[in-house]
Amino acid sequence: MCISKEAELELGLGLSLRSGGGGGGCVEVKGKGSAWGEYGRILTAKDFPNGFSAGTGRAAAGTKRAAADSVGSAECGSPSTAVSQVVGWPPIRAYRMNTLVNQAKTSNADEDEGVGRNEKKENSKKKINHGSDKNDTIVKERDHLGFVKVNMDGLPIGRKVDLKAHPSYETLAQTLEEMFFKHPSVTIRGGKEQSTQPFKLLDGSSEFVLTYEDKEGDWMLVGDVPWGMFLSTVKRLRIMKTSEANGLAPKFQERNEKQRARAI
Amino acid sequence: MAYSFPEEVLEYVFAFLSSDKDRNAVSLVCKSWYEIERWCRRRIFIGNCYAVSPQIVIRRFPEVRAVKIKGKPHFADFNLVPEGWGAYLYPWISAMARSYPWLEEIKLKRMVVTDESLELISKSFKNFKVLVLSSCEGFTTDGLASIAANCRNLRELDLRESEVEDLSGHWLSHFPDNFTSLVSLNMSCLGSEVSFSALERLVSRCPNLKTLRLNRAVPVEKLPSLLRRAPQLVEFGTGAYSAEIQTDIFSNLVEAFSGCKHLKSLSGFWDVVPAYLPAMYNVCSRITSLNLSYATVQSPDLVELISQCPNLKCLWVLDYIEDAGLKALSSYCKDLQELRVFPSDPYGAEPNVSLTEQGLVTVSAGCPKLQSVLYFCRQMSNAALIAIARNRPNFIRFRLCIIEPQAPDYLTLEPLDTGFGAIVENCKELRRLSLSGLLTDRVFEYIGTHAKKLEMLSIAFAGDSDLGLHHVLSGCESLRKLEIRDCPFGHKALLANAAKLETMRSLWMSSCSVSYGACKLLGQKMPRLNVEVIDERGSPNSRPETCPVEKLYVYRTVAGPRVDKPDFVWTMDEDAALRLS
Repeated sequence: MCISKEAELELGLGLSLRSGGGGGGCVEVKGKGSAWGEYGRILTAKDFPNGFSAGTGRAAAGTKRAAADSVGSAECGSPSTAVSQVVGWPPIRAYRMNTLVNQAKTSNADEDEGVGRNEKKENSKKKINHGSDKNDTIVKERDHLGFVKVNMDGLPIGRKVDLKAHPSYETLAQTLEEMFFKHPSVTIRGGKEQSTQPFKLLDGSSEFVLTYEDKEGDWMLVGDVPWGMFLSTVKRLRIMKTSEANGLAPKFQERNEKQRARAI
Repeated sequence: MAYSFPEEVLEYVFAFLSSDKDRNAVSLVCKSWYEIERWCRRRIFIGNCYAVSPQIVIRRFPEVRAVKIKGKPHFADFNLVPEGWGAYLYPWISAMARSYPWLEEIKLKRMVVTDESLELISKSFKNFKVLVLSSCEGFTTDGLASIAANCRNLRELDLRESEVEDLSGHWLSHFPDNFTSLVSLNMSCLGSEVSFSALERLVSRCPNLKTLRLNRAVPVEKLPSLLRRAPQLVEFGTGAYSAEIQTDIFSNLVEAFSGCKHLKSLSGFWDVVPAYLPAMYNVCSRITSLNLSYATVQSPDLVELISQCPNLKCLWVLDYIEDAGLKALSSYCKDLQELRVFPSDPYGAEPNVSLTEQGLVTVSAGCPKLQSVLYFCRQMSNAALIAIARNRPNFIRFRLCIIEPQAPDYLTLEPLDTGFGAIVENCKELRRLSLSGLLTDRVFEYIGTHAKKLEMLSIAFAGDSDLGLHHVLSGCESLRKLEIRDCPFGHKALLANAAKLETMRSLWMSSCSVSYGACKLLGQKMPRLNVEVIDERGSPNSRPETCPVEKLYVYRTVAGPRVDKPDFVWTMDEDAALRLS
């Protein structure tokens, strides 16, 4: 169920408004490689040449996030079906998914990224510590909802990123760079334009650094632990000014950032 | 023409009109009635916060006491709307704080609410009574503390399914000691423990408390203490319903529940230990609403419980209930009106429970009053859908989610067109429909032909061509909300039916084939629509016009293009509109 690396945007209905009909406009967009260049392939009539066959194109359509499936065999190796690769399907509210994840009783040892616990409602597990046993050791939750919040210093509104769609720190950093900084270059056949120099969130050369809050509530620099371990412990991300990141203190409070001016 | 009634009499008569439709009709009779009506309208419902501006609302209706506002499109529930899209409450509160000092009620859905907004609410409206935040986000428990501390006449605080940054449970302790007016408290979405003694005291001193929905952090052994202090409760939500089995906990629970002679609705039940369910049996005969959708309990235990609830009208449950449990449901609960069955393992490769189309068929046959269904399952057939449609022509809401996209009739491998066709043809009062499974343009032909009362339609991974969309837009006379994802619809049907879009609240299309050029054209043609292109790949101007947009959100508005757009949203033809105005 992987999408080819050269995902093309195909307009099966292909009507250009100016010409009033005829051939499909075809745009090929190649990014710097991997995750950026992949657009979810949009289902068109071409996908159903003989009417319908049940297996065609299933779950291949989806948004950009889903398109990152093609990167890394780790995703394909997971036992989940294609269903889990499509954003927002099946249509279950995030609130309910988080609760299901917290209550999952069966283990899922196949996922080699480690079992993550990337709930948005991080506190619901953490703060329950009454009396007896209960849900403390609801160990092997399958993490199907890989969305964590990402905030950046200076921006009042945060974003969310799907960690499950990434097999490595590099792709995650790339996605975050695209999300928060200038949009990256787009290659249009033949031409190549570079918008701005890329910000490197992982190698310390930028004025921003990527940090995360772990299960214990401590803020750490991203990239120090193996990816799988990171996935199992990260609760949320924060793009912090490098100057502030020195000597990250535990229990760092990210609140009270009320700057109205956007950083970009 | 002289009027026979003085204004005061007309105003008195209009006060009996509660429905917005009636009031809107009244206001169109003549200018005088328009004026009288607008001064005495007390409740307003804004289905799309960007369809109108706070200023326009306040200008027309100066004496409002209750507002209900909805923000993000429905698909935001499934992460299809990027974070930061909009739906901010603050501009509304800031305007209403100045103009509606007597505002009593604020009910919101899918809005971004900040602590500043909550604090402003708590300080601006002296008679503030009701705050309902449904699927909202952006605030913390500090904001709740402001509400608790300052709203002296608060009756309702309902946070259903909101995403709250839970800094601590201390907010509850901010209700003053002389605060006694609480009628309804729903904190089920919160994670932190609140001070239990503060909660106990609060419950004790509020004699009118009818609804109490606790959060998961309240353990089962503490429930009796609360129930004993509030025997008048009508709606109760437990916390985590598990503990080591101890007989005194159990008997305390039994006793506490039996003291609640008015309980009608139960919810909560996280981490349920089945052995504790029987503690509720002696209230079950009065129960009309049961939310077990977080209860990971197997079918036999569920059936035990349900068999005690002959008056059940509404059941939310996980698919652990299985076909067998639904059969039992259909025989015990003849009053059932609403059923929602959620998947316990939506991403598993194989079914983990024996829940199939048969369960729904059985319930539709056995429950004559069933009118609203949300059903997740893994297989469906046209035969089953036809049977369901014939059994239950009184459906108002029918939402079926077959988990695998484009799954065909599992018996014949055909599309499910005829099955859904039977639903719309038989269920003439159908107002809401969600489709799934393998579907061609034909199903849309059926829908356009028969679903004349349909108001909301959700489509995913369906259809062949623009003809499908055209059937819907041209045929569904009552359509208000249309949401579409991953369908091969382009612009032809949209442009041909552009005028229809002004009769609807909104249209959402994501991962379809609507080109940027078409969006621009639509925006130009229809100045009273906001045609929003949502695209996280960067400006659509950096790609050819024929390139499809990622997401499209079209809605009618009298407020013009939004001024609070993030950098991944573009309103089509905004520049032209500004030039001309």
